[in-house]
Amino acid sequence: MSLLLKSKAGMASLLPKKELYGFLVLALILVVVLPLSLDIFRLNLVGKYLTYAFVAVGLVLCWGYGGILSLGQGVFFGLGGYIMAMFLKLEASDPESTKIQSTPGIPDFMDWNQITELPFFWQPFYSFTFTLIALIIVPTIIAYIVGVAMFKRRVGGVYFAIITQAIAAILTILIIGQQGYTGGVNGMTDLRTLHGWDIRTDNAKYIFYFLCVFMLFVCLLIAQFIRKSKLGRLLVAMRDKEDRVRFSGYDVSNFKIFVFCIGAIFAAIGGAMFTLQVGFMSPTLVGIVPSIEMVIFCAVGGRLSIIGAVYGALVVNFAKTSFSESFPELWLFAMGGLFIAVVMAFPNGLAGLYNTYAAPKVDAFFAKLFSKNTTDNSAPPITPATKPVTKTESTSLPQGALHEPQ
Amino acid sequence: MNKTMLSTLQTPLQKQRVGMKTWKKCLLTLAASLAFGTVHAADVNTTGLAVTDTTVKVGILHSVTGTMSISETGSVQAEKMAIEQINAMGGVLGRKIEYIQEDGASDWPTFAEKSKKLLVNDKVAAVFGCWTSASRKAVLPIFEQYNGMLYYPTFYEGLEQSPNVIYTGQEATQQIIAGIDWVTKTKGAKSFYLLGSDYIWPRTSNKIARKHIEKLGLKVVGEEYYPLGHTQFNSVINKIKLNKPDVIYAIVVGGSNVAFYKQLKAAGIDMTKEKPLVLTISVTEDEILGIGGENMVGAYAAMKYFQSLPNENNKKFVADFKAMYGKDIVIGDVTQAAYLGPWLWKAAVEKAGSFDIDKVRAASPGIELTTAPEGYVKVHPNHHLWSKTRVGHARADGQYDVVFETKELIEPDPFPKGYQ
Repeated sequence: MSLLLKSKAGMASLLPKKELYGFLVLALILVVVLPLSLDIFRLNLVGKYLTYAFVAVGLVLCWGYGGILSLGQGVFFGLGGYIMAMFLKLEASDPESTKIQSTPGIPDFMDWNQITELPFFWQPFYSFTFTLIALIIVPTIIAYIVGVAMFKRRVGGVYFAIITQAIAAILTILIIGQQGYTGGVNGMTDLRTLHGWDIRTDNAKYIFYFLCVFMLFVCLLIAQFIRKSKLGRLLVAMRDKEDRVRFSGYDVSNFKIFVFCIGAIFAAIGGAMFTLQVGFMSPTLVGIVPSIEMVIFCAVGGRLSIIGAVYGALVVNFAKTSFSESFPELWLFAMGGLFIAVVMAFPNGLAGLYNTYAAPKVDAFFAKLFSKNTTDNSAPPITPATKPVTKTESTSLPQGALHEPQ
Repeated sequence: MNKTMLSTLQTPLQKQRVGMKTWKKCLLTLAASLAFGTVHAADVNTTGLAVTDTTVKVGILHSVTGTMSISETGSVQAEKMAIEQINAMGGVLGRKIEYIQEDGASDWPTFAEKSKKLLVNDKVAAVFGCWTSASRKAVLPIFEQYNGMLYYPTFYEGLEQSPNVIYTGQEATQQIIAGIDWVTKTKGAKSFYLLGSDYIWPRTSNKIARKHIEKLGLKVVGEEYYPLGHTQFNSVINKIKLNKPDVIYAIVVGGSNVAFYKQLKAAGIDMTKEKPLVLTISVTEDEILGIGGENMVGAYAAMKYFQSLPNENNKKFVADFKAMYGKDIVIGDVTQAAYLGPWLWKAAVEKAGSFDIDKVRAASPGIELTTAPEGYVKVHPNHHLWSKTRVGHARADGQYDVVFETKELIEPDPFPKGYQ
């Protein structure tokens, strides 16, 4: 009984009612409303937008909470995408379907570049297990190296942003330059099957969509856990007054490295989901422009709200698609206008708008809805225990928001 | 009978609007078919494409924003003009062509997204589009999966032969071998310096060029690649000066061209003296607009079309193009190839008597076009075009003088034996 109470209390402190509603509404939209109202083509597009949401959620942790503005998240998105693409490309390049090449059995772009043997670092990607492990490990290691190199030397703020941007540029040049091993500008295209299962069918697209939504919620819950834990509070403290935290005896850099690695893993998962749903990976998703776009998704959603980041990615990309379909020659101006409007009119993004205007009404609605139904006896002991926590939360957050992260 | 006919007529888009208007449509369909005696849409379209009794939808998919828009705009203009001319002549199988234009935004994933939209949502009967190899590679699996038909206008590296693409530009061997033969025969060139932007087209093209040069018993004295957008060519120009090749064989693309030719001139290499001679396969009249005719004068280019071609078809084409888009407009090789797309499609549809992709594909090989601005062209069973290759000599006003033309049409050979 006490254990049950404890876990319930833990649950409530992880997801206080207000935020629980946010999660539920998002889940309702992604799992029920969109799949029922959109055809598979549009749903597949939503799936693609959601892969950017992984990066945006990671950025909320790094930038919104940790104050670490990374302009190079495309690097990790790209690593995840390329690792998945390497596995799929090997499977698509069996000797039978590549018999027209001078060396059958290797990816087509290697053949075009006079490579006659599969390079050693491609070999392990025949294994799906290895691919999945590499998907998490490789971006983590790179983020760790970058993090140690930067944060241990107390490099932060603008300098860190510039360096991450440089890394994004370097990786793009590397991929384009080493086209024999990476596919160059064309990227890795024509990915077909996963363990013999055709990933291009409508059925597969439905499955990937729901897998993508599931993974996104896993990431959201991890992000929420970090936000609510002591680590999350330390991140906010570091963002607002780093020196005070350091003088309190904490090793600031380790926390930064950790959250940067988490952001990298999220981005890599997003990248892998992108490859699966779109069917190819190319360096245009690695470089500076997509990295900055991902920061924009996060900013539009509201950089302090992990749920907002998902909406930000959805709204911006939806706008992009629909503007460009209706005005193929003018849509970029509309997008530019949208971004300017966001920054000028509501700097805290969609989440800020929601909190100011809609939240009070929605909360009142849910409170009404649930007060009718609560006949539960175990509820009363929990509420007093959690209430103080939520109160300090709600007062401390807007204060944090007033401080500009550097 | 009407009911079945209508159900095959309806595209998903129309399905939403059916209901009240069904009977109206019924009557209209009947009236139209009685009045004009056209073939019912159901008969010429058994796979649910966006074909009605009076219209047929096609897609135009190019970048009109982003870095590639400068190059691709000409193709969009040419395709629109061809469609307009076809409509003025009564359309295809009695149906007016309506186009849906989408923007690839110089971004390969966007190309993939938009091509899927055109094929799945809009059910277009053909797509005219793509420019870079990367964008074609990105949309190719989608065209093959949903069985669409793409008319691709750019000269490219070959090594591809999709049942769902008609390549209206030249593949690499057509462009390269004739050019190198010409420069060795008429100019007595013995040594070559190969130079290119670093991606698949220049690399594959130079590979073919090198093989051919070595087959002729001549020498390649250097081969170098620079990233797309590279603007510092001083080091390679110095190497060229040291090696003294007879020919600089340049496949530099996009903005890099501007820097390359300006720096070549600044370094004292006067191309009009032809020591060394510059031969390119990547600079059309469109690119010269950016480079500046005074920086390009004296260079040679090998491709299948130049705006100054003196034949009657081309005179009419240039006049029409200028009437539509202004007298200062220039027309490059790819623009002309893009113009062929709608015409080749029309011919194939009419030969097949159907808009069905499979029938159009089966009808495509052997299609001839005697009205093409470049002269006579013919579709090869490998989906590329038989075409002649010309060598142009750049003038200071940004145009080329055609100094050489192959006697025969050159057979397209996307997988050249002995050149891989």
